[in-house]
Amino acid sequence: MKDRLIYERSVKGRVGYAWPTLDVPRIEPKEILSKTHIRAEAPKLPEVSEFDVVRHFTRLSQDNFSVDTNFYPLGSCTMKYNPKVNEKVAAMDGFAQIHPLQPEQHLQGILQLHWELEQLLSEITGMAAYTLQPSAGAQGELAGIKIILSYFQCKNEKRSTILIPDSAHGTNPATAALSQFKVVEVKSGADGLVDLADLKSKLNEDVAALMLTNPNTLGLFEKDILTITKLLHEVGALVYMDGANMNALLGNARPGDMQVDIMHLNLHKTFSTPHGGGGPGAGPVGVAKHLEDFLPVPRVRKKDGQLFWDYRAEHSIGRLHGFYGNVGVLVRAYTYIRFLGNTGIMRAGKTALINANYIKKKLEHLYPVPYGDLCMHEFVASAKSLKQYGVTAQDVAKRLLDFGFYAPTVYFPLIVEEALMIEPTETESKESLDAFIDAMLAIAEEAKAGLAPEAPQNMPVQRVDEVRAAREPNLRWLPPASSLPTEPPTQALGQSSMRMDSSSQTF
Amino acid sequence: MDYVSNTDAQLKEMLDTIGVKDFDALLQSVPQSLHLKDLAIPPGLSESELLEATRKLAEQNKNLLQVPSFLGAGAYVHQIPTAVDAIACRGEWLTPYTPYQAEASQGILQSIYEFQTMVCELMGMEVSNASVYDGASAAAEGVLLAMRHTNRQRILISEAVHPHTRQVLATYLRGGSTIIQEIPTVNGVTDVEALEKAISDDVACVLMQQPNVFGVLEPAESISEITHRSGGLLVSSVYPTSLGLIDPPGSYGADIAVAEGRCLGSPVALGGPGLGLFATTQKLLRRIPGRLVGATVDKQGNRAFTLTLQTREQHIRREKATSNICTNQGWLALRATLFMSMLGPKGFQEWAYQNFAKAHYAFDAFTKIPWIKPAFEQDFFNEFTLTYDKGIDPHKVHQQLIEQGWAPGHLLSEWFPTHPQSSLWCVTETISKETIDRMAETLKGLSV
Repeated sequence: MKDRLIYERSVKGRVGYAWPTLDVPRIEPKEILSKTHIRAEAPKLPEVSEFDVVRHFTRLSQDNFSVDTNFYPLGSCTMKYNPKVNEKVAAMDGFAQIHPLQPEQHLQGILQLHWELEQLLSEITGMAAYTLQPSAGAQGELAGIKIILSYFQCKNEKRSTILIPDSAHGTNPATAALSQFKVVEVKSGADGLVDLADLKSKLNEDVAALMLTNPNTLGLFEKDILTITKLLHEVGALVYMDGANMNALLGNARPGDMQVDIMHLNLHKTFSTPHGGGGPGAGPVGVAKHLEDFLPVPRVRKKDGQLFWDYRAEHSIGRLHGFYGNVGVLVRAYTYIRFLGNTGIMRAGKTALINANYIKKKLEHLYPVPYGDLCMHEFVASAKSLKQYGVTAQDVAKRLLDFGFYAPTVYFPLIVEEALMIEPTETESKESLDAFIDAMLAIAEEAKAGLAPEAPQNMPVQRVDEVRAAREPNLRWLPPASSLPTEPPTQALGQSSMRMDSSSQTF
Repeated sequence: MDYVSNTDAQLKEMLDTIGVKDFDALLQSVPQSLHLKDLAIPPGLSESELLEATRKLAEQNKNLLQVPSFLGAGAYVHQIPTAVDAIACRGEWLTPYTPYQAEASQGILQSIYEFQTMVCELMGMEVSNASVYDGASAAAEGVLLAMRHTNRQRILISEAVHPHTRQVLATYLRGGSTIIQEIPTVNGVTDVEALEKAISDDVACVLMQQPNVFGVLEPAESISEITHRSGGLLVSSVYPTSLGLIDPPGSYGADIAVAEGRCLGSPVALGGPGLGLFATTQKLLRRIPGRLVGATVDKQGNRAFTLTLQTREQHIRREKATSNICTNQGWLALRATLFMSMLGPKGFQEWAYQNFAKAHYAFDAFTKIPWIKPAFEQDFFNEFTLTYDKGIDPHKVHQQLIEQGWAPGHLLSEWFPTHPQSSLWCVTETISKETIDRMAETLKGLSV
């Protein structure tokens, strides 16, 4: 046991924070509230001092790889540097200490920031209008799907199919299914791109939209994009673009110019806001002109120089967030775009491509890249040549940790055997790319020499037993004496978790 | 400026290694007509210019340090211990991704395990996930879970659930065949008789809020009992701060407990990012949305943590997943974990108690004013609804207060046209007695 839990540090009677002496008369809850409303006993939280908390969580933090500490080439996640100044701006009292229901005359600054950010994102992506409300990419997709639904309802057309390429992220089909759409998969061709013949065979008047990631998850630009959007539009369907890979297009090309109708962005990927160990993100959704009326409410509007929240909503899909979205994330993304400006944005997009192609070039003799000659911002290599030595993509991933590099996304997309999806981003230096390349080559050499150790060796823990975690779910701490009934392990669950063990990586 | 480390000379050298003559060659698969020549956005700024520009924007907002505020209504202003920021802002917490590689993410995984434990304890529930977006989407996910579990298509929602929560739920359900029925309120609480009439064996769940949108404490036990009569589930949306004093959802039999957890150590920030808390029973574990962290062992048998039960999730199950959620609110969950650790059981109780005591002090002070009456004679926690006498224009009253530098309570007429004279006032531990007294004096002095 390396680190105790905060609960295991608990000492009865210890406190970590003092409230001021109450300045109003103390009243007895029992005399005022009905007995049924009063909690019987205090919530069982750990009893620790401030110093205990600081040391415990500082120690724990050191068990994490992060962008600040390690190269993090996690494909499709765009782990670029998260600028420190973004944090400073988001923490300004004028942004952090404002209430969503304050009168609009007290909120002109933040409304202005929304207004400008919508315009900046519109210009960068070529879309006509934006909502900043969705909390993350998947919620942006949900907004997009609801817009598609409302658009066809409004036109009195019944369409029930969403087309999704087989290389798409899992969130695409999951989101479409949430709105009762039927998901039909479009095959990838031999070049890894949408198979136009297969797409055509599936196009009909029941198709509401194609959800397309471009560049796709192989890091390849859909070279037939203009044909694809045209084909969809010819049957009256819409094109939704998953913007997870927008970093590749930053300053290079614009989805709007490709005739995309709806797209979402991941501000936590493309626009440098920190991932926070799993959020918060933000998933603004951009639409072409003909879909603007369907955006969620409220929208930010300007009248006589005054900005206000507009709730008029004849065709709007409604609200997606308790208030206005992940505003703190929006502030960071705005700060980032203002810092970079036009030339900075363009240099970022270019360098992202150069960095990715550079690694690809240096690795492909040992880790072949089955699809694509040149890549965009990321590429998917295969570790299958190491299989003969008993080394899998998962082993490569774990061994990289020993070398001080976070692992690429593994086993995705499924169309590449032993997949390693590598995305360096523009902020990594050539030296860190070279060090990563050296580690990848060393791992291949180790494997060939039959010297591959059971990795990881140098991490706080050795290989973690995921199968057991799923078979015997232990999701919360309990004092040693007591125990909560757990479900008996089932064979079916065991099998599915076995599968998980070898194919668990995604984004 | 930009954050690119490589020099132009290095980039040139790398292009040579790649074997292309210039950058444009890398865009060969992008149709020429799409190649972008320029972007019509302003030129970049130096850091000092950037700070000046953003500070100017920030200063165009009246922040809550300048304006004493009695606003709540779903967004609550609370103290944040200094250590929460000091720890959470470390790069090792702020800049990793979702902890897919368990061996290189033990810190995050352990902290989420601790978070899940604390949320369970707070709510009195058996299992918690690693968070969802915010309180509103948590409620929507709760309803979706209930519909999946019961395989029923009708849901009952109390009118006293925050309207924004109801709106988000409506968006999530848009396009489906779900029937949403609203249960009215009587004297500020859910009309239990109306609920009894509406309940039937096709009801997937009842969604309630505690304290409700009027700040009033609901008869949760009765609502729970009625809900369960015909096999429906109770989804209860709660206010975490209140749980230091008020009965938790587990104790009145809620099947799913959800909350907006931003009040646990994160700034109000115009209402976002939020922190969706989501807890339920062991029985519903396999249907829970989002990430879960479990304790297990490593190769040597030492305790270790990992994301688990991932076969529920979108990246494995695709269109059959329990939810489409991927990214959640990890960093706010960490802040909540730090916050709850520092408070401990006693501190959490005292926190809730101070909110309760101050709100009741303010309620007594404000309702002594002749034209101000309590809207309801009901139990409340730290938020209460006031009604101004007929003939008084609440908008004018509040406009005067705003002009005098206050952020008064929230007028309810837009959300509840049936309550044209009412406003919702919140008092947290951040408001001093002196401020409350001054507010009472100000109200007294208004010409209405």
